[in-house]
Order: sequence, then structure tokens, then C-alpha cells
Amino acid sequence: MTADVQTGPAHAVPAPTTTRWHEVCAYEDLLPERGACALLEGIQVAIFRTFDGELFALSNFDPFSGAYVIARGILGTRGGTPTVASPMYKQVFDLRTGRCLDDTEVALPTFGVRRTPAGRVEVAL
Amino acid sequence: MDVGGDTRRRLVVIGHGPAGHRLVEALRERDTAGAWQITVIGEETRPAYDRVALTSYLTEDAELAFPAHGPGVRLHTGDPVTGIDRAARTVTTASGAVVGYDALVLATGSSPFVPPVPGRDLPGVFVYRTIDDLDALRAHCAARPDAGGVVVGGGLLGLEAARALQGLGVDTHVVEVAPWLMPRQLDEGGGAMLRRHIESLGLTVHAGTPMAGLEAGPDGGVARVRLSDGSAIESSVVVFSAGIRPRDELARGCGLPVGERGGIVVDATCRTADPAVWAVGECALVDGQVYGLVGPCFTMAEVVADRLLAEATGGPGQAAFGGADTSTKLKLMGVDVASFGDPFADRAEGTLGVTYTDPVGGVYKKLVVSDDARTLLGGVLVGDATTYPTLRAYVGAELPGSPEQTLFGGTEPAGGDLPGATVICSCNNVSAETIRCSIRDEGLTDVAAVKGCTRAGSSCGSCVPLVKKLLDAELVAAGIEVSKAICEHFEHSRAELFDIVRVRRITTFTQLINEHGRGRGCDICKPAVASILASLGNGHILDGEQAALQDTNDHFLANLQKNGTYSVVPRIPGGEITPDKLIVIGEVARDFGLYTKITGGQRIDLFGARVDQLPQIWKRLVDAGFESGHAYGKALRTVKSCVGSTWCRFGVQDSVAMAIRLELRYRGLRAPHKLKSAVSGCARECAEAQSKDFGVIATERGWNLYLAGNGGMRPRHADLFASDLDDETLIRYIDRFLMFYIRTADRLQRTASWLEGLDGGIDYLREVIVEDRLGICAELDAAMERHVAAYSDEWRDTLADPDKLRRFVSFVNAPTVPDPSIAFAPERDQIKPVLLAGPQLEVVSR
Ligand code: SRM
Ligand SMILES: Cc1cc2nc3c(=O)[nH]c(=O)nc-3n(C[C@H](O)[C@H](O)[C@H](O)COP(=O)(O)OP(=O)(O)OC[C@H]3O[C@@H](n4cnc5c(N)ncnc54)[C@H](O)[C@@H]3O)c2cc1C
Ligand code: SF4
Ligand code: FES
Repeated sequence: MTADVQTGPAHAVPAPTTTRWHEVCAYEDLLPERGACALLEGIQVAIFRTFDGELFALSNFDPFSGAYVIARGILGTRGGTPTVASPMYKQVFDLRTGRCLDDTEVALPTFGVRRTPAGRVEVAL
Repeated sequence: MDVGGDTRRRLVVIGHGPAGHRLVEALRERDTAGAWQITVIGEETRPAYDRVALTSYLTEDAELAFPAHGPGVRLHTGDPVTGIDRAARTVTTASGAVVGYDALVLATGSSPFVPPVPGRDLPGVFVYRTIDDLDALRAHCAARPDAGGVVVGGGLLGLEAARALQGLGVDTHVVEVAPWLMPRQLDEGGGAMLRRHIESLGLTVHAGTPMAGLEAGPDGGVARVRLSDGSAIESSVVVFSAGIRPRDELARGCGLPVGERGGIVVDATCRTADPAVWAVGECALVDGQVYGLVGPCFTMAEVVADRLLAEATGGPGQAAFGGADTSTKLKLMGVDVASFGDPFADRAEGTLGVTYTDPVGGVYKKLVVSDDARTLLGGVLVGDATTYPTLRAYVGAELPGSPEQTLFGGTEPAGGDLPGATVICSCNNVSAETIRCSIRDEGLTDVAAVKGCTRAGSSCGSCVPLVKKLLDAELVAAGIEVSKAICEHFEHSRAELFDIVRVRRITTFTQLINEHGRGRGCDICKPAVASILASLGNGHILDGEQAALQDTNDHFLANLQKNGTYSVVPRIPGGEITPDKLIVIGEVARDFGLYTKITGGQRIDLFGARVDQLPQIWKRLVDAGFESGHAYGKALRTVKSCVGSTWCRFGVQDSVAMAIRLELRYRGLRAPHKLKSAVSGCARECAEAQSKDFGVIATERGWNLYLAGNGGMRPRHADLFASDLDDETLIRYIDRFLMFYIRTADRLQRTASWLEGLDGGIDYLREVIVEDRLGICAELDAAMERHVAAYSDEWRDTLADPDKLRRFVSFVNAPTVPDPSIAFAPERDQIKPVLLAGPQLEVVSR
């Protein structure tokens, strides 16, 4: 990255203090085995629904490319671990921990995510 | 600089180049007890970077910095050391700092040699060694478009510099004193062949004529290079690359012995005459030799790290420098040159030189072997260096076949036979045995893991093919089948999966993976299966479960760009377009603020669209009669055309009409990789059809069909498949060719490498397509007819389906909010993407 980098406070991930749950969408709005992105207090959260119905939430920021694209990656498994591959340069991340399986020094921040009895999806900041 | 009241030993390293950097890393890795406290003092303003890749800084703005040292290393840059006081054990820097040491390592590298010719100090004269040199060179050339330039020196670095200078728009000449290029690596035959390759790149070579001097122009800067034969080359930029000189001035200044022709004298442990002082890298004279390659420099750094550690812990230091492989390969796009071992060994008694010359193909190869023709001593490859990694590894060992067989590439040895001591990666000095052991002990199963574990393949990369071979051989030996499995989820190759899906009439990924795979797939098998399903006609690629399989490009029917926006490419069949349609494209681009560019495929690309804008943009385009150009798909891209017989005075057929006909016939056809085509109206070949997957060239009597050509990374001329075909036969052959390829190729295999791997090659292909040897032509024809009949525009269908349209939002919880991370800056009256700083990386502790 060159001199073109600007800093936007809106994109920083705040230190986890108190947990606030945010309603995002209906569970049915999420396609099975695909991601969607939510904008919550200026933070981009990638939310995934796996084929067995589980939900995961990670930062949408791809540290390898510097673009906000994780939600658009392909879901899958690697040796039993549920994963998402960045659509940009294809690094694979563990959906449960955010850890990058191709470069273990890198991890994406993860967020709490749940499905309410009313069928809504909520994310914790 | 205060080194504190620490009781640890103090190590000072002078110079932060690759050798200094590696020394610090190697020591830190092993010195777990922290016996050494390290201070590095560097002259350059930036920390160490990958000098080997320097040229990519100029050509691709590549990021060269090495990883930063962890905590505990003091790095002081931009302040050269000016003196060493060995009695007091201190060094002094230009800024006046005095630093004490218990051990001192000189890693000062070398500087380019500039011969003492008149005019060498004129403005416009450069060397090619540091990032600062390149910045200055670039700025100088930018201010002088259309400049002529001269590189003095036709060795490895000189040629690399010449090509880079040419890349800056400079008409470049190379002046070499010796009678041929790369005289230190090549013999005369190789040098002559290399010259042809270099000249075909547009560089002018002057060999065998020394330079007399540089002359200034009216502005006081260099304007001309005068040669000793009286001739002159107009040039407003001159780059010296005439060899290197070790930077031993500090050693001289404090009375340490240096070699007759420079270099700090060290023993095999890299220690100087003063036991507290060591020297590593290009400044060191070890074994009476100064090494100008990074591999030996790394080895020396490792040796000293080992010795320093032993000294601090009282352990047994064992590492020693035992000579180094000086094989080299030129890093020039499009020119294959390599030398390995001792390429001049045939000048000695008791050796044999075997040469092979192909003047047409521009290939020259020489192997030097012992007089029983068994042991490989060295050699030279020009024009085709594919066997370089293997041959290099065999230096000093017995060849698996006769030299002739080896030269013709007949006996590509399996990595398994290589003797254990053979150095596979000379950049990082990794032997076959080390690689084998780490594969076995660590249970490694892919090249990336081997790289990470042993460093083999992580510098210049030329040994990677061999590393892969060793790995495969080890896996086979361990009973792990080196399978053609596409990924961990399927045992099958793509071609096998294709047949399973076709024969069993499988229509969903879930069914396929449940019945024939395991797990839930990944970014490799999912798009591959999506492509197979699409090739076999399973409706819209975003229908139902198929949507979840697609790569982001296919998912949004557009091409992902570096900042997360997408590009839009409407189809312009054959490159023919009406003024009205051109205006529509212009209006759409203007209204949505998109960057526009004419592509290399004879159409127009609109960049910078957010996902939520894509449907609006396509609505406008579809209404004006455009359809998807499939730039995002592994599918037919474009059929380029030349203007042909309608306008051109030489044309013999209507190439535009044929190109449009072909493009409309095969549009939307999903394949293992992208497909490209072109049609030329006569043998002048203005459409470049011979570089395409299928190319067509008009003749007086019809069309010649060329198959399996390729541009890109490894260009391949297409093969002439059939001549003077009428329209209908032409199309029938192409139909069959495409369908046969789609059925049998690997994932991401273009037609060129598919044909190269096909047993029997083009002749076999003719038997299949023309003579129906496999009896499948009727099936292939029918499959293509189904494709043509089922075609419908992906974007038109998407716009008509609210379910599909719902996906085109940046945020599920705020569908109308545009992505705030997307930003642009102006450039040449258009936009360019700007990446905003993201959140901090979370670093997992090891
Ligand atoms: C836009 C364009 C460059 C331009 O501004 O001119 C382009 C852009 C890309 N090319 Fe290309 N190629 C473009 C013409 C070419 C050509 C020239 C041609 O088609 O006549 C070639 C050489 C011919 C060939 O392919 O044989 C070419 C050889 C490649 C290759 C190397 C393929 C190979 O087999 O070695 C890649 C990499 C790949 O596909 O794996 C590539 C990949 C790409 C990708 C897809 C890289 C990526 O993943 O981002 C670029 C994205 C396209 C986009 O965002 O719209 N592009 N690319 C050209 C689009 C043509 C079009 O209208 O569809
Ligand atoms: C364009 C180019 C391409 C190359 N390509 C290849 C290749 O393909 N393969 C290959 O094997 N090799 C290649 N090389 C050679 C390779 O870069 C060198 O072998 C390697 O850089 C040597 O490392 P070093 O640390 O010994 O010296 P250097 O890289 O020269 O680093 C020495 C550092 O010490 C600093 N220094 C010097 N004196 C002082 C002082 N008094 N005080 C403080 N600091 C000082 C210098 O400023 C410099 O930063 C290439 C070199 C160039 C220039
Ligand atoms: S290929 Fe032939 S017809 Fe086409 S433009 Fe060139 S000369 Fe004219
Ligand atoms: S030989 Fe250069 S990386 Fe292995």
C-alpha cells in the first residue's frame, strides 16, 4: 500500500467493552452456504450461514488485500473445519476462530451471532 | 545510542542488506536464551529489502521489504558506520554515535563498479543497486520521454537493468566490452544465441567494443556515449552495471586484511584475522572468492549465527562455509538463459562438451560431462531453460541417461533418484535430504508447507518444480497416492467428475458430494463443479444452490477489482459496434462515474461499480441491446476480428462476419478455463488468431483452423488443424474441439496445455474430430446444439428475477447504504481506487 492510504475512524474495530446485540436481518434472508455483510455502528461484519444452518460472524475486512470483501467468499470445509476463502487472493479462514489457515499469524476478528426464536439474526459488538 | 547496563553480549552488525538481515533472523531463531543483544546499523534509509527482486520495484511497484525483526533488535538506519576501533571494540557512525561490541559482523555488501572513463560523473549517469538508485532513475526518465539510453555491461544485472530501462520508455542500447553477452556465464555459442533473443526484444547490442567516454549536451547532462571505434550512441541516461566491488573500506581502515582485488579476508567460519570480527555476504572474501549471489551470502550468515551462538553458550559451533553453487538463471520475461555448475569445464582435459543448436527455435544447449560421459559438470541453456532446475541439481552427480537424451529432455529424472546431498535450492542452501526429511518428519503434503518449513523455493523460485517432484516422490514412497484428486473433497480429477455428472445426470453439488465426495467442498471444487453443471446445461448459473458455488465474479456477474468494486464488460461481438451503442456505453460510464478502458479483447471495460450499482448499470445496457460479455466467467471471452475483405484491400474473406457468427454461437459456453478466439481476413493475420484457443485465418478457398494457441504467461502458437475449410465444416470442427476439451481437460487448464498433455497430440485430435475415432462426434455435436439452443443472456435473466436481484446490496441490514469503504482518487481525468486503512491485524501468538 502506498501514500494513498487514508485512515477512517469509522473502520476501526473498537475494543470489546460491553456487548451490544444488533438485529441484522431475518434468518431466511441469508442464503445457505453464502455470506452477507452488515454495517453495524460503522463496522462491516460478514455473516455466514453454513449448509447445516449454523451462523458465524467475522470482520469483513480482508487483511491480505485491504478490501472489505470477506462476506463474498466461498464457504466450505478443510479437514472438518468450517471455512471461508477470501474472494480476492483466496486465503482460507476458520469460521469459528477467524484464524487464517494459510498464514497462522493472521486472524480475523470474530463476533457473536445468534438466531432469535422469532427467526431474526443478531450480532454482538 | 546507549546499549545499557545489560550483561548480555553485544553484537553489532554493520549493513542491513539480505546478508545482515538473515544473520539477525538466524541468530534470533536459535538464541532462545537471549544471549546476544543485537544492534544493526545500516547506511540506507530503509530496513533491509529483497535486492534480488529489485527490478520488480521498478516494473510492478512491488513491495520488497523483508519481515521486520521481532522485539529486542535495535535497528539504526540512514547512518553509515565510518570507523572501527578494534582496540576499544567500538564503531563510530557518520552522525557521531559510538557503539561498543563484543562481536562485530561486517555485512556491508558491495557497490557497483564504475570504470574510470571521462564523463562518469555527469548528471544522467546512474547505477542499479538500491531502491534510491531506482527512484532517481525513474524520476530522470519520466522527465525525458522518448530518451535514448545506454546500459554499460551485458552481464546478468546489465541485461536485467536494460530491460527495466526499456520498460521506462527508453530506447535502450547495451554496451559490452567482451565479444559476447554474459561472458562470465556463457560460451560463445550461447552468447550469440542470447544476443538474438535480446535483440528481438528491441534492445540494441554493442559487443566487443570498449567505451571511450561520456559526452555532455548543452544542458550539462550526459547526451552521448562514445565507443572506442569512434561511433557514438545518443543517450540522455546511462546506467553502469559493469560488475561489483566489495565494500571493504571499513576493514581496510582498521587494518584487517583484504584481498588483492578487494574483499575482506575470512576463514571458512567467516571470521576475519581479528577473532571478534566477522564478515558475511558480498563484502567477504572466502576461499579466495567473492560471491555475487544471494545464496552464498545467506549461507555465510547462517554459519556466523551458528558460531556466535556456540561462542555464547560454550556449545560446539560446527557450521562452516564449504563453497557454493553459482548456477544462475536470467530473470528476464521472455528470455530463457541459465548456466549451472562450471559451464567452462570443457576447457579442461578429460571432459566432454555436448552441444545442441536449433537456430530456428533460437535454442542453444551445452552440457559438460566427465570423459566417461556420466558425471555432469556444468552447462548452459539458452532459449529453453525448462530443464534448468533438474540439471542444476545433478551437477557433480551421475546423469540418469546419456547427455544427448538429457539435452533433448528425453529423460526428465524423477525427483526420487536425486542423491541426498544435492542442493535443490541454492538460494537457501537446502539439500534434497533436508527436504525429504522435513516432508517425512513434519508430514508435509504440499509445496507451500515445504517452503515454509525449509525455506526452499522462497527466494528466486526457480527450484519450485524440483521441490514439487521431490514431494510427489516422497508421498508416493509413503504410500500416499499422488492423486489427480481435485481437492480434499473429491478423489476424482475434473474430467472424471465431468463424466460422473454427465452419465449419472447429477444436477446439484449436494447430490454429487454426498454420493461421490466428502465434507462440504471448498473454493476449488465448488466453482469447478459449478462450471461442469453449467457446461451440461443446468439453467441459470445463479439458480438455486448453484449460486452458492460460484466464485464472486460469477456470483455478481462482474469482475472483482482490488478495492472490492466490480467491472462491467458488455459483449461487443467481433469488436464491431455502432456509434449509437458506443454513445450508450459512454453515457452509462459518465452517469455512474466509472473508469473506462479499451481492453485487449476489442471491447470496453467499465470499472469501479459497487455491487448495488450493477443491476442499475446493466438495466441501462440491456435496454440498449447489450448483453453479458462473460468477462467474469471461465467461458468464451471474445472472438477478435480484423476488418477483413469488406474494407481492407488485402482481405480475402469477411472476417468480421465470421467472428460475430462464432462469438454468438459460443457465447455463454462454460469451460474448464476461459476461451478466446480470433478471425483474420488474410494471411497477414492482423487479428492474431494464432495466439488463440481457436483461431481462424482466411484463405482464397475458405478458412484455415488453428487450435490450442495461448497468449498470457506461457505463450504458445496454435497448431494448424485443417486448411481451406468451408463455413459449415469449420464450425463443426470447432464445435467438436470445444466439447471434447470441456469434457476432458483439468480444472483451469487452457486448451494449450490440454493439447500438450494429450497423448498423440494434434494428430490424435484430428482422428477424434475429423475421423470420429472414438465414435463420440454425434454426441459432441448434439451437446453443442443444446448449448446454442439454450443460450440466454445471464444479465437479462437476472434483471427479470427479483430473487436474484436481492443479492446485489452492500449490506443486508441497510440495502440502500453504499459501502463507505469504497473511495476513489482522480487520475488522468478519471477515477482510480483508493484503499482505506483497515482495522489492525490481530496477531495470534505462536
Ligand atoms: C481487461 C483486460 C485487460 C485490458 O485492460 O485490456 C484483462 C484483464 C484481466 N485479465 Fe487478461 N485481460 C484482458 C485481455 C487479455 C489478453 C488479450 C486477449 O484476450 O487477446 C490475454 C492474452 C491472451 C490469452 O489469454 O491467451 C490475457 C491473459 C490473461 C491471463 C493469462 C492466461 C494464460 O493462459 O496464461 C490471465 C490469468 C488467468 O486467466 O488465469 C488473465 C486474467 C485477467 C483478470 C481476470 C485478472 C483478475 O483476476 O483480475 C483481469 C480482470 C478483468 C476485469 O477485471 O475486467 N488475463 N488477458 C483484457 C480483457 C479482454 C476482454 O475484453 O475480455
Ligand atoms: C538488480 C539486482 C538483481 C539481482 N538478482 C540476483 C539474483 O537473481 N540472484 C542472486 O542470487 N543474486 C542477485 N543479486 C545479488 C544480490 O542482491 C546480492 O547478492 C545480495 O544483495 C548481497 O547481500 P549483502 O547483504 O551481502 O549486500 P547488500 O545487499 O549490498 O547489502 C549491504 C548493505 O550494507 C550497507 N552498508 C554498506 N556499507 C555500510 C556502512 N559503512 N555502514 C552501514 N551500512 C553499510 C549498504 O548500504 C547495504 O544496504 C541481484 C542484485 C541486484 C542489484
Ligand atoms: S488480416 Fe488481412 S484483411 Fe485483415 S486487416 Fe490485415 S491485411 Fe487486411
Ligand atoms: S533456488 Fe532460488 S528459491 Fe530455491
